[in-house]
Amino acid sequence: MKYLHLIWAALFRRKARTILTLISIIAAFLLFGMLDAVRTSFNQAGQSANGAQRLQTGSRLSFIQTLPQSLEAQIAQVPGVKMVTYANWFGGAYQDPHNQVFSFAVEPNYIDLYPEIEVSAAERKAFDDTRTGILVGEALAKRFNWKVGDKIPLQSTIFPNHQGSKNWTFDVVGIMHSKDKKTSGFYDQLLLLHWKYFDETTPFNRGTVGWYVTRVADVNQADRVAKAIDAISANSDHETRTQTEQAATANWMKQLADIGLIVGSIMGAVFFTLLLLSGNTMMQAVRERTSELAVLKTIGFSNHAVLAIVLAESVLLLLIGGVIGLGLATLIIPVVSAGSGGMLNLPSVGANSWLLGVVLMIAIGLLVGTLPALRAMRLNIVDALAGR
Amino acid sequence: MKVLTNILLLLLIAAVLAVWIVLPWYGVVALLVVFAAWMAFTRRGRQAASVTTVGISTLGQRLGSSAVIVIGIAGVVGVLVALLAMGDGYAETLRKTGSADTAIVMRGSSASEVMSVLDHDSVVLIPQAPGVARDAKDQPIASPEIVVAANLPLKGGSADDEGSVQLRGVSEQAWAVRPNVKIVEGRNFQPGMRELIVGKGAAREFAGLVPGHTIRLGNQQWTVVGVFSSGDAMDSEVWGDASVVADTYRRGSSRTSVMVRLTNAQAYDGFKAALEANPQLKIDVSTTLDYFSKQSEGMTKVIRVIGITVGLIMAIGAMFGALNTMFAAVAARAREIATLRAIGFPGLPVVVAVMLETMLLALIGGVLGGVLAWLLFNGYSASTLAAGTVGKLSFELKVSPELMWTGLKWALAIGFIGGLFPAMRAARLPVTTALREL
Repeated sequence: MKYLHLIWAALFRRKARTILTLISIIAAFLLFGMLDAVRTSFNQAGQSANGAQRLQTGSRLSFIQTLPQSLEAQIAQVPGVKMVTYANWFGGAYQDPHNQVFSFAVEPNYIDLYPEIEVSAAERKAFDDTRTGILVGEALAKRFNWKVGDKIPLQSTIFPNHQGSKNWTFDVVGIMHSKDKKTSGFYDQLLLLHWKYFDETTPFNRGTVGWYVTRVADVNQADRVAKAIDAISANSDHETRTQTEQAATANWMKQLADIGLIVGSIMGAVFFTLLLLSGNTMMQAVRERTSELAVLKTIGFSNHAVLAIVLAESVLLLLIGGVIGLGLATLIIPVVSAGSGGMLNLPSVGANSWLLGVVLMIAIGLLVGTLPALRAMRLNIVDALAGR
Repeated sequence: MKVLTNILLLLLIAAVLAVWIVLPWYGVVALLVVFAAWMAFTRRGRQAASVTTVGISTLGQRLGSSAVIVIGIAGVVGVLVALLAMGDGYAETLRKTGSADTAIVMRGSSASEVMSVLDHDSVVLIPQAPGVARDAKDQPIASPEIVVAANLPLKGGSADDEGSVQLRGVSEQAWAVRPNVKIVEGRNFQPGMRELIVGKGAAREFAGLVPGHTIRLGNQQWTVVGVFSSGDAMDSEVWGDASVVADTYRRGSSRTSVMVRLTNAQAYDGFKAALEANPQLKIDVSTTLDYFSKQSEGMTKVIRVIGITVGLIMAIGAMFGALNTMFAAVAARAREIATLRAIGFPGLPVVVAVMLETMLLALIGGVLGGVLAWLLFNGYSASTLAAGTVGKLSFELKVSPELMWTGLKWALAIGFIGGLFPAMRAARLPVTTALREL
């Protein structure tokens, strides 16, 4: 610590060079922060404590196939099941068929299974009492400028109503807020309508449901409960497949893209380049200071102290750049999320990313510093002072 | 004064970059020719050429720091080209699936095939419309199809690891509508049987899609009897007989879409008008080219934006790396440059020489990055859940010459900026101080 001012002075001996190198390091870690946020958002999807308690039951055949509503009573009988609800995919779109909205037709108790969604008691009651009522997520309401009390037209890209028209009209009766902003990505974009109204209005549904959501009493029993639910309909013409919400989401994310591989290869290229770049800077710095280092040794600095000073200098360089870069990423990510109008919802740079980032900074710093530091350590005082 | 020149310099850079982005290849060639002529035929040009030769011939001594520019820019170009190739490959796969002389008919305002339902009456009516091509037996070449999803175990995962594949129930005319689809292994399914043929891409992604194997769809056993190849999005699908698929999914006699082959691309307007004028039908008609291109729009845009964002951030890093290296190179050659200035070389040849050296290194980096991206990723297969389909769509990354060209342009732009400031520094170097410096 007492040599900090010495290291600092050495680092900014050539301000221009250090600043140019720092900007490269900042760029690298800015990218790291943003890509790591993307990777985390993929990995974290569905990984909440509440999610672990929920099971999703869908048709074994495929996710677009529906199940009979009569299963609800049977699932509720399975020991270990606390609560069960069901939902249908409504396929809503606002104004243009390509403007799709996450819209589910749900049983009224659906929200009870999702304690992370907050709806005020009055709005909840209004939803229960209004046949054509809908609850909309905060971000969705903002995106289309909907307010409580609005009557909004919504097209279904799948289901016509009884008049054969695909234009449905709903009353916005409440706004859903999510408790935890960090994992809010999905609930903020959600639109819930009544399954009963949906089923009675479209001639195509006829009492079927898209999927069941079950809340188990004990998380450790989730696997057993899932198997018991699937056993109900085994060998029928509507076999089911039950998974925890975590497993189901992870499965979708995996099918969407192998994010780990893409992020990994980009970061590989970036850090390899960074290694070379900052290595070059450190080499130049040490070569330039040969005589100064020799003076240090002359006045009594040990070989190891010189080694440590040069290593500390390169680690410090990486740390300054890296922390600024990650800090920038922390600032930029919310702006990007907001700018995309809810299309992209990235978590901010989390503690894990920071930890991984700092470890990377130190590791790269040490790696980059090793060669110049060894060179400095092995410096022969007489030769160095003589400029040989 | 210095501030003013720096501002002017920044404006110049912005202008040059703007022109550079829109400049087509022949513009670049013209620029090169003009530049070469200037170097060969003017006095200043020849001076610049000789200074450049000196600089380049000493590159060998600065191998390490020159490598920073080359590798840095190779990294930018490699990543950029690979990401853009992903977007292009995806869009290309979907676009190839459609053509201007085939049309798809779905129920009105359905965002994609799987969301559409056409009742039996519509399915019978649609092929009778004018403009539909007819085969040798005078039957309309129209294929009513049913598109659903099926859960199948993924390759390389545990038994419980299931993915979604798009299952298409087709009629016999499906082959006439899509002549590019060919059976490459095994045989076609027999109508009325629970038999499947699988696309090449689907066979690559899912376990057990080999001729002779049986797979479970719901509680039924289906036999895989063949593999087909089409070179487009159909490769990711699994096909069976439409009526048997409809039965399994309890869809009765309804279908999701009707694909028709038109007599020619001009017949489309008449076909569309006739169907839309029919009060019995509530349908949307589009050419398959339109339909599939539209499906790829959103995703392609997302991949492009990601590619360019990542590329830009990396480019900033590489640019400062280049600046650093070239400032060091100019500083190392300060005496040499000052000597040149002292014996009468004006500033311009020095500027040109430093710029050329940087851009040459950038060019090498760009070519290296492009070639690496091509070697590693051209034809590399990736898959995603595509918009508008309900299964994994596998596609191949496509490193096209256009993309390589884009990569090279990026490389040269980075080299231009990375060289400009050090070049200006070299030209402004006060001769006397530089000569005195040891």
